[in-house]
Amino acid sequence: MDFLKTDLATLHQKLVNQELTVTELVEATLENIEKSDENYDAFITIMREEALAAAKEMDEKGVPADQVLAGIPYGIKDNIVTKDVLTTAASRMLENFKPVYDATVIEKLRDAGAIGVGKLNMDEFAMGSTTETSYFKKTKNAWDTTKVPGGSSGGSAVAVASGQVPYALGTDTGGSVRQPAAFNGIVGMKPSYGRISRWGVIAFGSSFDQVGILSRTVKDNAYVLNQLAGVDEKDQTSSPKAVPDFTANLSEDLTGVKIAVPQEYFGRGVTEEVKATIEAGLETLKSLGATVEEVSLPHTKYGVGAYYILASAEAASNLQRFDGIRYGYRAEDAKNLEELYVKTRSQGFGEEVKRRIMLGTYSLSAGSYDAFFKKAAQIRTLMIQDFQKVFADYDLIVAPTAPNVAYGFGENADDPEITYMNDVLTIPMNMAGLPGMSVNAGFSNGLPIGMQFIGDQFQESKVYQAGYAFEQATKLYEQTPGGAK
Amino acid sequence: MAIEKLNRDAVENVASLAKLELSDAEADMMTDQLDKIFDLVKMLGEVDTEGVEPTYTPVQTQTVLRDDVAVNAHESDALLANAPESEANLIKVPTILDEGA
Repeated sequence: MDFLKTDLATLHQKLVNQELTVTELVEATLENIEKSDENYDAFITIMREEALAAAKEMDEKGVPADQVLAGIPYGIKDNIVTKDVLTTAASRMLENFKPVYDATVIEKLRDAGAIGVGKLNMDEFAMGSTTETSYFKKTKNAWDTTKVPGGSSGGSAVAVASGQVPYALGTDTGGSVRQPAAFNGIVGMKPSYGRISRWGVIAFGSSFDQVGILSRTVKDNAYVLNQLAGVDEKDQTSSPKAVPDFTANLSEDLTGVKIAVPQEYFGRGVTEEVKATIEAGLETLKSLGATVEEVSLPHTKYGVGAYYILASAEAASNLQRFDGIRYGYRAEDAKNLEELYVKTRSQGFGEEVKRRIMLGTYSLSAGSYDAFFKKAAQIRTLMIQDFQKVFADYDLIVAPTAPNVAYGFGENADDPEITYMNDVLTIPMNMAGLPGMSVNAGFSNGLPIGMQFIGDQFQESKVYQAGYAFEQATKLYEQTPGGAK
Repeated sequence: MAIEKLNRDAVENVASLAKLELSDAEADMMTDQLDKIFDLVKMLGEVDTEGVEPTYTPVQTQTVLRDDVAVNAHESDALLANAPESEANLIKVPTILDEGA
């Protein structure tokens, strides 16, 4: 079976009422994944045995009526570690790596009875926005298999959009949950920095990385965040702030909600069809009672340059651990330790990862530090101040998620600068640690266009409320990909 | 500091700092591509950042202390199973110094 026409609450009710056993659900899910993934290549590893064992256990003890996620399958981006299950970050460097522990998010979902069914393809170490930098395979867009799925959480987005799983975990360092969600017409939430523990997430840019949730509907997304959010003693940067019920107060009325629209997010590079779709979306928000006003975030255009310096510098530092000694790939023919490091890293990392390591190493090297790293960190402060000014007067910011719709494989491959500009509308939220969520707002030639709802730090509830009202007004989630079934 | 055009020597120096080995073709491509990325970076010079505090993390959190109690989180067997080569409960690596060095 697929999950295109159902939601978590409905599935939960069926399991509790015993209209369906967990084993039947998981079996049918695995069967559909094994068949449909010949078209999509979303999965790197299918966790058949683990999932069926968990299902059997759940059937034996009964599905708890107070755990909406219990007995329901989900997918996991392959940079989130899973005990004894291959975790590759889509890199040759980790092609044989089986972690000895579970990430906190995996533990929390297991506590809720959720059942992981597989590990999902992504750009290598989450570096990319098309999932093409994966060492293993190219995932295809759920709406048009000749188009890229977006990235880096491309496998997670396609698995949800094509109905293989009802929700999936991703990670978002500069847009890696929101942009593939937009390209596949689903909901993708990157919560505030610190909202979800990063323990067990293979680090890319540690001051930017955040686990995110991809789902078909806003309410399903909120159910999952309810389970994942909260402080974790294993992650010093996880926030002790109280976690509200994110599914509370979802309504179709936005009376009194003040929405800001930054003029810079409709600038050069944003296509006409994206602009028109978002403008129509803003009219819908007005019809629901919201006020919409234009504002300015003047440092937006510097975001991409500053982000690539800072995130690459953090990546260069984080990826030093991959040296062929303790785990992962080791080059065969090294004569001494130095050569072992160099050969292992040169053979184990792909081209995009090397490019980011090079950029980051350069930015941190003597003579470049002030002009690159420090300058970028100062611009990060100015971007945060831009947001603070807007959020003093408004509840939310609404903008496009990506400047374009999904494009063909290999386009822009020779020019990383163009690919990096794809992230111009999502990077600022990672710079400032803000929650951002993409919701489908319409189509252009059959390809989805995402609208991004952005809140102040730890204001995920407001983001969900506006996203829910918009989704209920448009019901676009009822449209599902029909092509490659 | 002005950002100069990137040259091959600088790229090779950075590769050695990053413990990467680039083929001639890779080094040429990397020089060209990093130089294009630097165009994005050069824009940052337009912004007056005099006196602006840099931000290194977006959310301020308090440092939390815990009791200093040793825990045995992982079994060494499981950890060693991931090592490319091990012997006698130790990870094995090649010669640290060149022969005769």
